Amino acid sequence: MIAPTLAELTAKGETPEVLFWVGCAGSFDDRYKRVTRAFAKILEAVNVKFAVLGTEETCTGDPARRAGNEFLFQMQAMNNIQVMNAYGVKKIVTACPHCFNTIRNEYRELGGDYEVIHHSVFLQQLINDGRIKMKEGGSYKGKKITYHDSCYLGRANGIYEAPRAVLEALDADLVEMKRCRTTGLCCGAGGAQMFKEPEPGKKDINIERADEALATGATTIAVACPFCMTMLNDGVKNKNKEAEVKVKDLAELIAESQGLVG
Amino acid sequence: MIQQIAFVLTLAAAVFIIARRVGTIRKNIRLGRKPLADDRPQERLKNMTLVAFGQKKMFKRFIPAILHLFIYVGFLVINLEVLEFVIDGLAGTHRIFAPYLGSFYTVLMNIFEFLAVAVLLSCVIFLIRRNVIKVKRFWNYEMTKWPRLDANIILFTEVILMLAILTMNATDQLLQQTNGHYTQTGSLFFSSMLMPLFNGLPENTLIFIERFAWWFHIIGILAFSIYITYSKHLHIFIAFPNTYYAKLEPKGHMNNMPVVTNEVKLMLNLPDANPNPAEAGRFGAKDINDLSQLNLLNAYACTECGRCTSECPASITGKKLSPRKIMMDTRDRMEDVRKRIDKGEEAFADGKTLLNDYITKEEINACTSCNACVEACPVMINPLEIILELRRYVAMEESGAPASWNGMFQNIETSFAPWKFSPADRFNWAQENK
Repeated sequence: MIAPTLAELTAKGETPEVLFWVGCAGSFDDRYKRVTRAFAKILEAVNVKFAVLGTEETCTGDPARRAGNEFLFQMQAMNNIQVMNAYGVKKIVTACPHCFNTIRNEYRELGGDYEVIHHSVFLQQLINDGRIKMKEGGSYKGKKITYHDSCYLGRANGIYEAPRAVLEALDADLVEMKRCRTTGLCCGAGGAQMFKEPEPGKKDINIERADEALATGATTIAVACPFCMTMLNDGVKNKNKEAEVKVKDLAELIAESQGLVG
Repeated sequence: MIQQIAFVLTLAAAVFIIARRVGTIRKNIRLGRKPLADDRPQERLKNMTLVAFGQKKMFKRFIPAILHLFIYVGFLVINLEVLEFVIDGLAGTHRIFAPYLGSFYTVLMNIFEFLAVAVLLSCVIFLIRRNVIKVKRFWNYEMTKWPRLDANIILFTEVILMLAILTMNATDQLLQQTNGHYTQTGSLFFSSMLMPLFNGLPENTLIFIERFAWWFHIIGILAFSIYITYSKHLHIFIAFPNTYYAKLEPKGHMNNMPVVTNEVKLMLNLPDANPNPAEAGRFGAKDINDLSQLNLLNAYACTECGRCTSECPASITGKKLSPRKIMMDTRDRMEDVRKRIDKGEEAFADGKTLLNDYITKEEINACTSCNACVEACPVMINPLEIILELRRYVAMEESGAPASWNGMFQNIETSFAPWKFSPADRFNWAQENK
């Protein structure tokens, strides 16, 4: 798999079509690294000229900001903006809705003005443009898939249909949870909850959501966010359903259908 | 003549009390730090038209939306009749519009009566939903005695105000048959059903009932208007400015802190930093005067319907956080501060603050910032913004964030990721194949 860094391309005097912002989960979380690789393989397979920042990338600052530490957020943001502006970055794609939201909506005020696309929208465009060709009768044909809306894609940025369009391209039987789209229930990880234990209550949010997802009878729970993936994976495991029900990212599903990953 | 003088005095007193109270509310909102934004007026007007005037967001829940629509349209349309009441009251006339409008007046009155009955039935159903069926969102823990009573007072008042209109029209129609002073209204469908109740009563009694109902209705409306300004019911007016001034950025956007931007730029030696910035003030919000004026306007727009809380993942799973309570607490705090100001005491010297004494850290820490509350609110209130401002205060002024968050901060500072990994390993994913 190729994953050229922006530094390498720039040294060769080349400019990529798009910067793939990997994010911390995509770089360090073992489960989510598979999503990063799946997405990179798709980009490679359809000849999208992309680059990554590699070790020059750092946390966008989103969890610090949501936890109240504005200084730390802005330090991170300014550093990232300096790096990206120095390379002349214009277009960014990322699989993480939190990175997506922050870079898209919050970096502009700090001097970082980019076109930012979430990978669900990017994948939908690739399918619409015919650059990803879906095969007839793929392995998900007729299988029940439910999609869990990420808050930072959905309510935060109004992206509800692109991820569903990607799943429909798999010819799958898309079933909705009772709480979906604008009323979708959070996985429980947003607002920096990913980085602490929940407050006392009757139930963990991810268990509530996993119950709802399992009640659809779907064998695949599709997600488009690294935090949602962790939370729902944990929820499914908590219900001892991990053998029957898989939590997968959109990029993995597309990469599988293209025979790019095993 | 006596009736006219009494009416003028009543009306003047009501207008005076309401104007004074509106002034107080304005001053309370201006305790907030950041003024209301009024850029992009077209988009704002569109929000106000669709969401406040057009009730767009109410229709996510169909049954309450329909019932609410009856009351809302009833309120708007029946106010036309109140206009006639006021003119009659001032001029000493009786049904001044009737001769001018002729048979159209009959049509109008029948529409008003239909709406009065619709309002009445809707209020009764709402009372049943609250008190008999006990719809869950009306019984969350912040719905203590007063908020529940407030709601019941409002609904009950609307029921008796509508009954007054119907009683007035019923007795009026009976008087029209015998007394030439009473302008012919034509047959009024709903109130004529009440006529048998009053039929056969002496004319004087009928005149008394008709006048009593007239006065009861108009005084009732004026008293209710005053009550509203102290009640959650204020949403009927504040919903309009609230939707107009609501934030236009995507919901995921968090407000920037320019003072911090300048400090960070100074630290990074960026050329456009201002080397002599103004006094930074408090970071984040500890009390209402640290919040924005929009946050405070939001608190007055809240009618405590609880749609936010019923969609909140933290609340659903039994955490202490309730977005509605955030708004109620903000409003209560404003009112408490105002009481001190009115008494000539120093506004914020009561040893209390919005954070800790009204809203606890346990509540704000439970928020997932998922925007479900913001999305759910029919009048575009944003409880999340207040929560995040309080968190800013806790993290930056008190260094009081939960220990695991402080750990996460440290990881970002030292290894540029919220988890403790070596930054050198950031690109390893490309070599691995697990």
